Amino acid sequence: MPAYVGRRLIQVALILLGVAAITYLLLYMLPADPARMVAGRSATKDQVDLVRTQLGLDRPIWEQFAGYLWKLLQGDLGRSYLQRTQVTDLLAARLPASLLLMVGGIFCELAIGLTLGTIAALRRNSVLDQGLMIAALMFISTPQYVVSLTLIYVFAYWLGWFPIGGYGEFKHLVLPAVALGLLGGGWYARVTRSSVIEVLRQDFIRTARAKGLDRWRIVSVHILPNAVLPIIAMVGIDIGYFMGSIVVVESVFGWPGIGQLTWQAIQQIDIPIIMGVTLLSACAIILGNLLADLVAPLIDPRIKLR
Amino acid sequence: MKRLLASVSIAAMMIAATPVFADMKQGGEMTVTFKDDLVTLDPAIGYDWKNWSVIKSVFDGLMDYKPGTTELVPDLAESFAVSDDGLTYTFKLRHGVKFHNGREMTAADVKYSLERTCNPATQSPGAGYYGALDGFDDFQAGKAKELSGVQTPDDYTVTIKLSRPDSTLLHLMALNFSFVVPKEVVEAEGPDFGHKPVGTGGYKVSEWTSGQSIVLERNADYFKQGRPYLDKIIFQIGQEPVVNLLRLQKGEIDIPGDGVPPAKFTEVMNDPKWKENVIVAEQLHTGYVTMNVNIKPFDNVAVRQAVNMAINKDRIVQIINNRAVPANQPLPPAMPGYDKGFKGYTYDVEGAKAKLKEAGLEGGFETELFVANTDPQPRIAQAIQQDLAAIGIKANLQNLDQGNVIAAGGKKDGAPMIWSGGMAWIADFPDPSNFYTVILGCGGAVEGGWNWAWYCNPDLDKRAEEANAMTNPADADKRAAAWGKIFTDLMADAPWAPVFNEKAYVIHSARIAGPEGIFADPIHIPVNYDEVYATDAQ
Repeated sequence: MPAYVGRRLIQVALILLGVAAITYLLLYMLPADPARMVAGRSATKDQVDLVRTQLGLDRPIWEQFAGYLWKLLQGDLGRSYLQRTQVTDLLAARLPASLLLMVGGIFCELAIGLTLGTIAALRRNSVLDQGLMIAALMFISTPQYVVSLTLIYVFAYWLGWFPIGGYGEFKHLVLPAVALGLLGGGWYARVTRSSVIEVLRQDFIRTARAKGLDRWRIVSVHILPNAVLPIIAMVGIDIGYFMGSIVVVESVFGWPGIGQLTWQAIQQIDIPIIMGVTLLSACAIILGNLLADLVAPLIDPRIKLR
Repeated sequence: MKRLLASVSIAAMMIAATPVFADMKQGGEMTVTFKDDLVTLDPAIGYDWKNWSVIKSVFDGLMDYKPGTTELVPDLAESFAVSDDGLTYTFKLRHGVKFHNGREMTAADVKYSLERTCNPATQSPGAGYYGALDGFDDFQAGKAKELSGVQTPDDYTVTIKLSRPDSTLLHLMALNFSFVVPKEVVEAEGPDFGHKPVGTGGYKVSEWTSGQSIVLERNADYFKQGRPYLDKIIFQIGQEPVVNLLRLQKGEIDIPGDGVPPAKFTEVMNDPKWKENVIVAEQLHTGYVTMNVNIKPFDNVAVRQAVNMAINKDRIVQIINNRAVPANQPLPPAMPGYDKGFKGYTYDVEGAKAKLKEAGLEGGFETELFVANTDPQPRIAQAIQQDLAAIGIKANLQNLDQGNVIAAGGKKDGAPMIWSGGMAWIADFPDPSNFYTVILGCGGAVEGGWNWAWYCNPDLDKRAEEANAMTNPADADKRAAAWGKIFTDLMADAPWAPVFNEKAYVIHSARIAGPEGIFADPIHIPVNYDEVYATDAQ
């Protein structure tokens, strides 16, 4: 196991290096010129060139990239071109909000997925089952932008149960977390349903029923633990998906997280921020996958890490 | 002899005590929302329409505009004088103006602030405006330690010397980039000054939570009596414009700073409940199609004229819900120098075809129209595409990210045609020269420049220089007329097809109000934060 983790960590470093190189190259190839964005439209060519030199954008790309990596190794992501603030500070200021939203999202997707999936499995092939599965399909296929706006319109504007947006208290978290978790919830409902149905067919369930155990006990002690474990292992991978969807959800709900920062940086070609966010997301995805891999053998002893 | 303009400062004092609004009480607060963060409140750096007017309330310059108008009045200066040759400006400063940290502002701060903006190390997007200041080039190149054009004979006098007459100088002193900052704070905060700004303005920043909110509090020591009105302004950052509109309707906020989203526009405008609280105002904006005179067949003036005649501007205005008025010249109607009598090229399909024939292109031709890929720009470009198709021009649309369109425009043979929407020119200050030098003058027709038509007419450049040399404020009308003529004469060469002038729409809650013109005025979008008051505090 430690050898496995060590090997994986070396892989992680290589992957991050690759991500950094590709992103840097792509940003470099953009025809848009960050020096011009910074220098403003009143600037003469000389002034733009001056800014370009100051930003180091006139040097050959490999030299720029080496400089970036060297700073990166020291934990320095550079300063934002436009905000002039340290990118690490900007990320640090936004990270807690995004993490909180992700935790809320994971909770919601599990709660929605497991509940709907189990109910559907226990009532399989009924109208209720079909209705729930159609609902799950809708959760999966509705764009998150639409989901978020609908939630706001119904539960915040119309019913007034939650604030329309904002950050700080639990009530602010509910709607964005649901919006984020609904998509995964739809997937998990379907996975849980088939997984529960599979467990239901096992002999030990028949035995439990024959023993005369009450229904609730069968579900909670015998079925769910067996059906749920494979799903828990998938959550790690979700962190990667969430890095993408928080951009939308955060922007609709005004959630002050990483996604919002990214969106603005892309519009302004603020390369240090874009690089920082990309690397952070890559870390999150890699760590999520690593976590999923490490958890898998704990759940299913048949899986061996080598 | 100098023309002392003391009368102007008296007028300014009278405005401050205008009886109609003098009885408005201070107090109350308001909440303004923006989708995007304000990025920075550093006056030397902030350069978007959102932080622009907030900076105006945190800092002050030597000059300012009378609220709701484009009329220049002294601000940190008490009075000013211009030498007869128009090359020396002398500003007398107010006494007792204090920065938010309690220190008195003096002439040295004015000099420091101008030098800071012009210093290449600051990377100010506004430095280019101050090129007429004596010693600017040496200072920029690092050959001089100070900007010799700015001198401080005593603590309350600033003289500005120019290397060439520039009648926009007073505007430049009202522009954010010249606003006065305290040296000790700038040096202590370094690059973080933009998030912890200290100025002399009516509001001080009391809290800034990145990506979330910014809170301004009234500066009790502000030098203008009775201003600003509100105790507190809260900016909430991050939500979609459509959500912010819901919040306004629910009474949670006072101004959705991004305005009414296009999808909701008709609904809101037809709602009698909101009618009184929607303010429509002209902007210093023109949307236009550039035609690159380096690229065939746009090197032929007849072809450019044909394009001008082919575009049905009324229909395009309809596409954007009548949020604009059709344009026929580069200057917007709200700009001094706009020629009301000028007809330009009217919509005339047959005439356009005749022009193409004249150019020997009866069969039409194929070209490319570049457009930024955010709504409604592609829809507008499609309308232009259809109009051009009607006279036989096949324009293929290049829907690109805004940065890429700007980059293509700055290349000599990069883009045959560009629809300027989304990147279009909104003047930084209300002077016609701001619509010429960079976007239509020879100076802008360079690699990486903003003159996307690559139009260069030395004759007009000369006339522009002459108009800019009319520095006597008494010549303002003459100068505006000279400028107006430059733009209408330029239309004979038709490097642009002006399409429309956008209007600004601001919607606000009934909790806040203000005199006519302070909402969506051309200088302050969405509102002049110093002049708006709370109705519940009255």
